[in-house]
Amino acid sequence: MTLWTTVLLASGLAFALKLLGYVVPHQLLDGAIVSRVTAMLPVALLSALVVVQTFTAPGGGLTVDARAAGLLVAVTALLLRAPFLVVVMLAAATAATLRALGWG
Amino acid sequence: MTRTTADTMPAPRLADQRRNEVIRQCLSVGIATGAYGISFGALSVAAGLSLWQTIALSALLFSGASQFAVVGIIAAGGAGAAAVATSSLLGLRNGLYGLQVSRLLKVRGLRTIPAAHLTIDESTAVAIAQPEPAAQRLGFWGTGLSVFVLWNLSTILGAIVGDALGDPKQYGLDAAAPAAFCALLWPRLKSGDARAVAVVAAVIALVVAPHAPAGIPVLVAAFAAIVAGVLPARGRRDQDVDDPGTSPDGKAAS
Repeated sequence: MTLWTTVLLASGLAFALKLLGYVVPHQLLDGAIVSRVTAMLPVALLSALVVVQTFTAPGGGLTVDARAAGLLVAVTALLLRAPFLVVVMLAAATAATLRALGWG
Repeated sequence: MTRTTADTMPAPRLADQRRNEVIRQCLSVGIATGAYGISFGALSVAAGLSLWQTIALSALLFSGASQFAVVGIIAAGGAGAAAVATSSLLGLRNGLYGLQVSRLLKVRGLRTIPAAHLTIDESTAVAIAQPEPAAQRLGFWGTGLSVFVLWNLSTILGAIVGDALGDPKQYGLDAAAPAAFCALLWPRLKSGDARAVAVVAAVIALVVAPHAPAGIPVLVAAFAAIVAGVLPARGRRDQDVDDPGTSPDGKAAS
């Protein structure tokens, strides 16, 4: 799959899913289970993405490097109610600083 | 939570003061959300996508978490299919938002298309937070459009800046991606069930990661966490789901 195929396919499916809510009969998607799964799926996916992107090494194994320090700082910033962009920038700055100092 | 007179009166128009109030909400959400399009643009070019591919994702896919997932999985060397699958699973919730928002908007014909495209976390959250129908519609369109415009502009800015920076690791951009996912996850962790699902998914992803190609561990973890965390909750009827897309019906039912 080329990058353009990925981009356009993901975009088309994203739009189709959004449209689905407008066109399907309401009772079809109204169940309690559907609601719970739809609420919990992003939680599971995002959580998995956080750890995978933080702890996997380029070779495929697990590792703890500057990214883990960045995540620690990000979580601290979130606990202190920092806005999104501040959280992301602090994490990047932490990893960049540690690498400049020769670690991770 | 207080009901305004607009609920019981036939007059569909909003008072100027209420209209300005809703518009202010729309713009503040638009600016706050739009701003992090900068980090998306920068991460996307760092992942190897071109400027135009980056722009296409923000304009056409237009759903933050899905966009971050696509570039994150590509950056990690994952297959396109895994990126598309993860993006689409994340996008499922927009369908549920559409279900609820469509009742408030009552759009017909061609206007369904822009309405569907603008159906994201933020527009849904602002719309369902309004007590009166006119404000719900204004909140949806105002937030959707302001996020769309600012998100796309800041994506371009981020992509250009990111491209000029060079080696992304030197600036810690590879640490920015998980931090972004973490910030997207944070507001969803209010219930104990959500926190349990998050922990289970994280553990499974770490166990699977060394043995599967990039992108796959996330999908495996999500499915397993859903089975482990969601299905047993079937019997518990008193459960509150506090996702913005699943709570507005108290209003309609009352």
